[in-house]
Amino acid sequence: MIPGVSLIEILTVSTLMFFIGVYGFLTRKNLITILMSLELMLNGAAINFVAFNKYLYPGQPNGQLFALFLIAVAACEVALAIAIVINLYRKIKAVDVEQVNTLKH
Amino acid sequence: MEKIIFYILSATILSLSLMSVLSRKLLRSAVYLFGVLTAIAGFYFLIGYHFLGAVQLTVYAGGIVVLIIFSILLTHEIDHQMPTPDWSRVAVAGALCVAGAVMFVQLLQGSLFSRVEAPEQSDLNTVGNTLLNPGGGGYLLPFEVVSILLLAVMIGAIVIAKQRHSVDNSSPEKQAP
Amino acid sequence: MEGYAFTIWIILLPFLVFLVTGVLSLRIRPQLAGWIGTAGILVTLVLSLLTAWNYFSAALPADGGWPTVIPVNYTWLRFSETLVVHMGVLLDPISIMMLVVISIVSSMVHIYSLGYMKDEPGYARYFAFLSLFSFSMYGLVLATNLFQIYFFWELVGVSSYLLIGFYYDRPSAVAAAKKAFIVTRFADFGFLVGILLLSWYSGTFDFLALNNPDGAAIAGAASATFMGASVLTWALVLIFIGGAGKSAMFPLHIWLPDAMEGPTPVSALIHAATMVVAGVYLVARLFPVYHMSGGAALEVVAWTGAITALFAALIAITQEDIKRVLAYSTMSQIGYMMLSLGVSGYGGEEGLGYTASMFHLFTHAMFKALLFLGAGAVIHAVHSNVMGDMGGLRKYLPITHAAFLVACLAIAGIPPLSGFFSKDEILAAALHHNPAIYGIALLVAGLTALYMFRLYFRVFWGEEKAYAHKPHEAPLVMWGPLMVLAALSVVGGFIPFGHYVSSDRQVMAMHPEMSIAVTASVVSIAGILLAMWLYRKPSAVPAQIAGSLGSLYQSAKNKFYIDEIYMGVTKKVLFGGIATPVAWFDRHIVDGTMNAIANLTAWISSVIKGMQSGQVQQYAVGFVVGVLGLVVIFIYWLKF
Repeated sequence: MIPGVSLIEILTVSTLMFFIGVYGFLTRKNLITILMSLELMLNGAAINFVAFNKYLYPGQPNGQLFALFLIAVAACEVALAIAIVINLYRKIKAVDVEQVNTLKH
Repeated sequence: MEKIIFYILSATILSLSLMSVLSRKLLRSAVYLFGVLTAIAGFYFLIGYHFLGAVQLTVYAGGIVVLIIFSILLTHEIDHQMPTPDWSRVAVAGALCVAGAVMFVQLLQGSLFSRVEAPEQSDLNTVGNTLLNPGGGGYLLPFEVVSILLLAVMIGAIVIAKQRHSVDNSSPEKQAP
Repeated sequence: MEGYAFTIWIILLPFLVFLVTGVLSLRIRPQLAGWIGTAGILVTLVLSLLTAWNYFSAALPADGGWPTVIPVNYTWLRFSETLVVHMGVLLDPISIMMLVVISIVSSMVHIYSLGYMKDEPGYARYFAFLSLFSFSMYGLVLATNLFQIYFFWELVGVSSYLLIGFYYDRPSAVAAAKKAFIVTRFADFGFLVGILLLSWYSGTFDFLALNNPDGAAIAGAASATFMGASVLTWALVLIFIGGAGKSAMFPLHIWLPDAMEGPTPVSALIHAATMVVAGVYLVARLFPVYHMSGGAALEVVAWTGAITALFAALIAITQEDIKRVLAYSTMSQIGYMMLSLGVSGYGGEEGLGYTASMFHLFTHAMFKALLFLGAGAVIHAVHSNVMGDMGGLRKYLPITHAAFLVACLAIAGIPPLSGFFSKDEILAAALHHNPAIYGIALLVAGLTALYMFRLYFRVFWGEEKAYAHKPHEAPLVMWGPLMVLAALSVVGGFIPFGHYVSSDRQVMAMHPEMSIAVTASVVSIAGILLAMWLYRKPSAVPAQIAGSLGSLYQSAKNKFYIDEIYMGVTKKVLFGGIATPVAWFDRHIVDGTMNAIANLTAWISSVIKGMQSGQVQQYAVGFVVGVLGLVVIFIYWLKF
């Protein structure tokens, strides 16, 4: 617990951060920036886990562990995404999601 | 004191997040993201989870951001400037995000969380024991699953990013940079 | 009652032959199919004659009436304790008489067809269908109950359809086959309703129970009334409509002339001798019921028969196609049988009309089959159906000529040939019952002589035409049956028919009435002399008469425009009045609904397709909107 800081304040910060990530996800066209927005959203969620752990269940480390797994999964995701970005760049000389719509067909 | 540090961290996180999302230069955006991640690591330290903060710094700030910067450098000019998104898109996304944020923050204000009182156990020992405990309440199975996931991702990333000789190997500029 | 179990083979044998020749028709040599079919029908001929011999030579029971024998009665469908459908064999004088007629004519036609149909494509198919027809016809006449007779009734309809359409590459034959099937099917609807009415009220299909003279089975139907007549009368009239359709009674006759599109031996067998008299047989089979129902149903039968007889005879005088003349002649003669049944009473002398009708059925089958087969020989010789292409053929076809002459004399009713006796009995029965019908019958007798000898003189006398190749006499397999039938036409009249067939099964003595015999003969001879005067030598007189009669001649030549009336009714009333609105409804409302659903689906899918843009961020927008929507619904609106 941080003295003088309530849980709700922390959660407000993480919520705002999450929606900033959502905004970036929706407005950006570049795959890499979309990936970065995604990281923001993930971190917002991680802060939530940690804050809940600290404020509500101090006796067990589950929230920390979730945050740890989250970081691991995020690392995996980024590694794969970067591989895809590079491959895509080789193919169409761009990393613009609007040009990647072959899924439609 | 902690309260002031928390507000500073919060302000840093939010402002850098916004800048990272709004910046038109890719590399800058990545640097802002680096700042956000570092500030979050600071928040973890502040809250007393030192191990988590260390992991956040090494894996996120040290690994993922570096990866992102690498990929930016591989695919773009350094001073590449992205076009501004069209206003309709900005309007839709902005409206959605503002509405969502207002809704959730408003929900938070009325929420009552009940605390389970217990002696604080946040040292590395507890984390390690829980993580590697095969018994009740342990996380050994997810731990192993994540390790297999990491292996699979490594293989997958290599396969995806590898130069395909069967596809169009006649063009020399397609050689891996 | 013992010793008739073999009769089941009379039905089954042609069916087996049909299966064998039908299944193997493309595998075996056509001649072999012909021989199998002919052999099969000859076996049934022997069995039929044996049955007749056994039945009629046995001593009469104590009450003096011929017994009804049911040697085979297999329970087929059991609806309730009382309403059971059997399949079986019923032997009584009229069914045995029909057996003999069918087996003789069918055998002759089979033998004749061996020559006539030679080298036709579809020879094996032809014999398979003939066997199918024989099977159905035997099953029909031996039926023990209404349901079985209906079953085989439809089967003869099908085989008739198949044989009329034998030359299925000819559009006119296909049209004729369809016409025959649809018209008789239409009539059979009445038959079916009649059967259902009768069985509903009586609780049985069996002829034995229905025909029981005490009238117990039909009491219920007789007491219930509907629109001023008893239900029994309605049922019997409906059943008669079925019979009228099959027997080509006016106004359901229109299919019979067109049915002449089939091969000529088929016309002889089906459309002259056997199937078309099924209607007469049906009325005769239910005759006790008709009698017990009161006079109305029989009155309908009598007048329908009389009108048809006159109507068809008038048309027959004007027709040019040799087979059509014979077809109208057949209609006229069946009308004769019907009117004879209609004027008959029950029991003793009163039942003369019944006996006369069956007698005429028997003799008519012989001489009409002979006429058709003779016509077939003529057509075979000159390769044309039209009388205008014939003339002076007596020199080329002496045997056919002789047989044809015998048949013409027989149908005209010249003593002592068979037609004289049966026609005489009919006239006597008509005179005692109803003088008006007698008058019509007498007129028809004269007209019969006139149109038959018009045909005879124009084909065998008259001016000799320039034939493409010299007409030649038919081979032995063709003139052999002619001789057999001619002999039967000559001697058939001497059978003491009243001894065997009478309305109440009692032995009845028939004694020709001199006055009627003389009158009828004089009328017939007058008809013959008129025909001889008009047609023996080429002359302009017939054309002058036709011209002076004007519209009457024209309308008779055009078959009194019955076909046109039917077409008009069908086109205007059914097509224009009912079918077109129904089609419009179907096309616009029913299909429209379906199309609207399809269009709606297509429209929705095109809208949805727009959603699937492949743009990940649009999907994400949808996702976010969805999540926020859920939050609004569950937390702000439903307040969980």
